[in-house]
Amino acid sequence: MNSLAKLLEAALFASARPIPTDDLATLDSDASPAAVHAALEELREHYNVDGHGVELVEQGGGWQILTRPEYTEAIERAQLAARPHRLSGAALETLAIIAYRQPIGRAEIAEIRGVDVGAILKSLLERGLVEVTARGEGLGRPLLYGTTPLFLEQFALRHLEELPRVDELTIALRPQAAAAGASHLNAAEEAAAPEPAASAA
Amino acid sequence: MVVAGGGLMTAPQAVLPASGDYDATFIVDVGTYNGPLDLLLTLIRDERVDIDDIPIARICEQFLRKMHELALNDAAEYLEMAARLLRIKALMLLPRHEGDEAWEDPRAELVRRLLEYQQMREVVDLLERRGEDRRNRFARSWFPTITAPPQAPLALSLAELLVAVDRVLRNVRQPGLHEVVPRALDVDGAIAIVRAVLALRAQARWRDVVRADAEPWEVLSALLALLELARRNELKLTQHQPFSDVEIRRELAGEAA
Repeated sequence: MNSLAKLLEAALFASARPIPTDDLATLDSDASPAAVHAALEELREHYNVDGHGVELVEQGGGWQILTRPEYTEAIERAQLAARPHRLSGAALETLAIIAYRQPIGRAEIAEIRGVDVGAILKSLLERGLVEVTARGEGLGRPLLYGTTPLFLEQFALRHLEELPRVDELTIALRPQAAAAGASHLNAAEEAAAPEPAASAA
Repeated sequence: MVVAGGGLMTAPQAVLPASGDYDATFIVDVGTYNGPLDLLLTLIRDERVDIDDIPIARICEQFLRKMHELALNDAAEYLEMAARLLRIKALMLLPRHEGDEAWEDPRAELVRRLLEYQQMREVVDLLERRGEDRRNRFARSWFPTITAPPQAPLALSLAELLVAVDRVLRNVRQPGLHEVVPRALDVDGAIAIVRAVLALRAQARWRDVVRADAEPWEVLSALLALLELARRNELKLTQHQPFSDVEIRRELAGEAA
């Protein structure tokens, strides 16, 4: 390994959170972005080829050294580290809606899910997976929520764009709706918006 | 009662609110379903019906039965959905003319919501997979302590500094100093008084040798004088019980000496 790769390895080892590529570049002012990328690749190869208990993963908006999944059981059995709690289906639904339609208010989330989401939003806020990112224009200027970097980290996403676009989703029930909902989930709603027959109660 | 669709974690069937934050809100984790749309979608899938042509009467009936089975009769969101289904069912029964252009399928809004929900479920599946993959990998768990950013050097004029010093000094409490005035005791004078009193009568009281409005130094002088005379055996002091009057009695031996 070259010295830049070793420097990056040391920095990645010292950090508990993913380090963005830009921050890694500041470690050595002489190194070009291309050199940093090459060094990161070299480090990743090094872990993969030589066979290590850890690997270099690009996710959560940066790079991070993580243990390999095959050793999770043993580590947890020895009580050296514990896996975080799994999120409930309701929490995941709420997160998915926020991830796709941020910034989004509580009322809109509740409308898509068909249930109130107040308690779940509170928990997601406490866990740092979502945050208030803006205030809506509507009545009472409702709080609008968005996902945090920790969300990317905990779902092994490099960035939000890594989530499939809505037109890439296989809509099991009716494929032709994908054409109507080209950009995002809300496109389907707009398409069906001038539809007073069912909603006029 | 409000059903909030379950807690954040995969939780037991009914979760009592841990704190007062939820007030009267009773959070019920239905367990199997994440809400009325989830239940409806499951029914449609299980019945293998076409979403574009939902047999609304059948699905509505099944929905109500499931609600009853799961004891969801009080759950507002499920009730709302049940009402919506019944309404659609009623609208479907209304007669309409053949080829009526203005007619809109009353199921359309429901279908739109179901599709939207279904899309979201697909994202949930993806998040579940990715989240599970990440859960199985540990990162370093040491978090650095946040160190305070270095302070910028002070940019102050001498005048500002002096004003600050002055402000600090003004707030310093002045120590409470007392001037102690030494007052000499006059034990000899007191001895003379006691002797004079005892020369007139064999027995006296404390009040006879000390004035009622005596100053502390006079009281102390009298006390020391009495003790001194008692030591010299010129008198005898007796007190029958604590805080009672002190009896001063002339001693014959002292008189002799």
